[in-house]
Amino acid sequence: MAKITLNINKKDYPLDADPQMPLLWAIRDLAGLKGTKYGCGVAQCGACVVHLDGEAVRSCVTKVSRAAGKKVVTIEGLSETNSHPVQKAWQEIDVPQCGYCHSGQIMSAAVLLREKPNPTNQDIDDAMAGNICRCGTYLRIREAIHTAAELQKKAGTKG
Amino acid sequence: MKQKSENGMKLFVPKKAATVLSIFIFIVAVGASAFRNDAPVKQITFSTINRDSVESVQAFEIVYKTLMSPRCMNCHPAGDVPLQGDDSHLHAMGPKRGLDGKGVYAMKCSNCHQETNIAGLHMPPGNPEWHLPPAAMKMVFQGKSAHELAKQLVDKKQNGNKDIKKLIEHADDGLVLAGWDPGEGRTLPPVTHAEFKKAWITWLQSGAYAPKK
Repeated sequence: MAKITLNINKKDYPLDADPQMPLLWAIRDLAGLKGTKYGCGVAQCGACVVHLDGEAVRSCVTKVSRAAGKKVVTIEGLSETNSHPVQKAWQEIDVPQCGYCHSGQIMSAAVLLREKPNPTNQDIDDAMAGNICRCGTYLRIREAIHTAAELQKKAGTKG
Repeated sequence: MKQKSENGMKLFVPKKAATVLSIFIFIVAVGASAFRNDAPVKQITFSTINRDSVESVQAFEIVYKTLMSPRCMNCHPAGDVPLQGDDSHLHAMGPKRGLDGKGVYAMKCSNCHQETNIAGLHMPPGNPEWHLPPAAMKMVFQGKSAHELAKQLVDKKQNGNKDIKKLIEHADDGLVLAGWDPGEGRTLPPVTHAEFKKAWITWLQSGAYAPKK
């Protein structure tokens, strides 16, 4: 065990954790932020995606030690009032069915829109191929990302 | 007869003048060279490369079977999606190369591939520099014959602008070495790294000959 401070959603969390611990464990069990989900544990499904210095890492295979000194953003911190264009679009299109994978979906989509504000369907497929939805909401996800791109454009924001 | 004699006189005069002129130019040239103060022509050196096509091609057999093994070829695909596993199937999730070879958007290599291998069967292998060759220079191994690959490896326009020295150094590159530390559930290349390196250097230093096929 070691003393590690994680900056999650702009707040410092001094944690007592094994440096080898998956970041997901620290986020959920030590910091108490339950929005990020455990899906497969082997970086295959994308349910655990969080932002680490802006990149959509899979927290189930990312060690806590990698996150030390960096900025972690989870679904709870994507916006303060659930007003991120992707979150608004998800509500508008009513994307989720069971919802389990959607914190990961939204975090991946946010990175896509930051890097490609007007994505094509191919861009969306390329960016979201690693986020699996067992309910098969893929078409609504795609539609919502296009909607989010429009909202982002109107708001004059970027990701 | 008279006419011939006149012609003979006409020819003799220019020959004499030319001879005198040549002697004069020679004297001036020799004299001038004595006062040159620039460096003498450098001693001609011969390349230390031992050009031996038989030895070179034999060494490349080892190089080729190593580079075409999944541990090397999987990150040198013909397409823009990396390969995976001992059967070199397309990488699950279909991550794309991207311009810099490090993936795109939410699908960047380092989002899953950490700095070190993750413990467990078939878990993502890791390296700090994990990436494919960039889009501008794909360095494809997949599908290449031994002849094609040998030619490509020494072509600066296709090998990342590496000369022989840099190519030799590349045998100890971190990602090359990662092929011999692939993580659980993955076979090793067909020879040890030391054997590969020896064959690689032998191939390069004996002329980097390409096999006929």
